[in-house]
Amino acid sequence: MFVNRLQRLGADTIQTVAGLGRATLMLIGAVFGKPDVRKGFPLLIKQLYVVGVLSLLIIVVSGLFIGMVLGLQGYTVLVKFGAEGMLGPLVALSLLRELGPVVTALLFAGRAGSALTAEIGLMKATEQISSMEMMAVDPLRRIIAPRFWAGVISMPLLAVVFTAVGILGGHLVGVDWLGVDAGSYWSAMQANVDLYQDVFNGIIKSIVFAFVVMAIALHKGFDAVPTSEGIAKATTETVVTASLAVLAFDFVLTALMFGG
Amino acid sequence: MQAREQWMERILSDLMVDIQNLTFSRGERLIYDGMSMQVKRGQVTAIMGPSGIGKTTLLKLIGGQLKPERGDILYQGRSIPKMSRAELYQTRKSMSMLFQSGALFSEMTVFDNVAFPIREHTKLPETLIRTMVLMKLEAVGLRGARDLMPSELSGGMARRAALARAIALDPQLIMYDEPFAGQDPISMGIVVKLIRELNNALGLTSIVVSHDVPEVMSIADYVYVVAEKHVIGEGTPEQLRQHASPLVQQFLKGEADGAVPFHFKAAPYADELMELL
Ligand SMILES: Nc1ncnc2c1ncn2[C@@H]1O[C@H](COP(=O)(O)OP(=O)(O)OP(=O)(O)O)[C@@H](O)[C@H]1O
Ligand SMILES: [Mg+2]
Repeated sequence: MFVNRLQRLGADTIQTVAGLGRATLMLIGAVFGKPDVRKGFPLLIKQLYVVGVLSLLIIVVSGLFIGMVLGLQGYTVLVKFGAEGMLGPLVALSLLRELGPVVTALLFAGRAGSALTAEIGLMKATEQISSMEMMAVDPLRRIIAPRFWAGVISMPLLAVVFTAVGILGGHLVGVDWLGVDAGSYWSAMQANVDLYQDVFNGIIKSIVFAFVVMAIALHKGFDAVPTSEGIAKATTETVVTASLAVLAFDFVLTALMFGG
Repeated sequence: MQAREQWMERILSDLMVDIQNLTFSRGERLIYDGMSMQVKRGQVTAIMGPSGIGKTTLLKLIGGQLKPERGDILYQGRSIPKMSRAELYQTRKSMSMLFQSGALFSEMTVFDNVAFPIREHTKLPETLIRTMVLMKLEAVGLRGARDLMPSELSGGMARRAALARAIALDPQLIMYDEPFAGQDPISMGIVVKLIRELNNALGLTSIVVSHDVPEVMSIADYVYVVAEKHVIGEGTPEQLRQHASPLVQQFLKGEADGAVPFHFKAAPYADELMELL
């Protein structure tokens, strides 16, 4: 009884570790494989469109609303202390340091990550991946790598767009609606935002999240049980695991960057 | 020195694929138990057997997508399971497989599907690729369907498009998994003729997996009948028709009652029905 349970625990651990090992090998294969520019470039462009450009709308709309909410909430608190002039830095710092990278990553996991998992899972279920292997074409290079790099390139850019739109949203509510002085909104922002500490760190976060989300989405698709239930399960797992991983990494990165 | 001679001998021998004492299981289920089989160069070798016996699995083993538990699979004298990943990919350039489901790439047109292996493995100019692709599509009667997406094809058409893709690079070994399934009598005729002609004209080696007894008997040079984890009968179509084994005769004649159980292994039917009462 006890031995059985211990055995199962051992088996599960081995399976998990093996799974992680596979994921890592896959990632390394995709990242460090020597790219073939002639064939790889058009594939990358296509994926940049599918993964990046098509996610633009949801990013812009969400960024706008989050910025507007920040403007409203920030104003109601700051105005009590007569500090509504600090609304600009509040909105900008929240977006640059946290909300931009994190919310973008969460939206990206839901929008592009789940789609990638489902797409690759279906390719596996319909033996497209097997048949590619039999044609001596490495599916890691041909299918995984362009999608991976498209995600890693587009996610930080989307986070920048999200942040910029969010700052405009904050302006819309704070300045245009609630009457904060436009000059102080921008100048206080300029004075309090540090290029290295705030902007770069935010972008670094976003790049790390991009690696995490893409690795999880592609691995879940590639490892999916090739049936409709298996793909459904893998898709859900992508969203759940990627979101939790992003939040966990966010804490670690925040502690490293701003904790000291 | 001696090893080298042996190696030369293997290369020059007329065996394309040599399966030795193959043992393989899927999970708990033993699929093959010490099975051996030889595919001669330049011949059409057919593998027949009841559904679910592991024919597709066998082709995947030959292609190196699965690894046997015991035994060896030699392709042109070299062991497939022992190859490194790079060697395996190199070897696969000389073989090709028609998947049972077709497995066309759903994001490309029929034309691009057939052009895919040519574009991947050669640096030919696009005009030449176009000519090659149209030739292959013409051979399977689908030249007019070149701009359709795979989702717009019928099952039989998809299979023929996949066949065109499988022969795109004139490989040395082609494995056909159920090439006749879902074909009407006319396209069936096209496919049968195509497999035979490719084999004769280009001198390649073919492995055909199928249940369609009359078609197989008409094109195969050598036939293996597989059941119960083993080869139960082998020989030229003529020899098989005279085969003494009742199992083989039952399979060739398609009788449901006979030595081979037709059903997947299960508890006795009557017992299961009684359980409900
Ligand atoms: N991915 C898999 N995982 C586990 N078991 C499998 C898998 N694929 C096939 N099997 C099992 O292996 C056995 C052989 O399958 P295979 O597809 O090779 O049969 P087949 O002879 O090609 O059948 P058919 O003539 O119907 O195509 C089947 O009993 C099946 O249940
Ligand atoms: Mg099969």
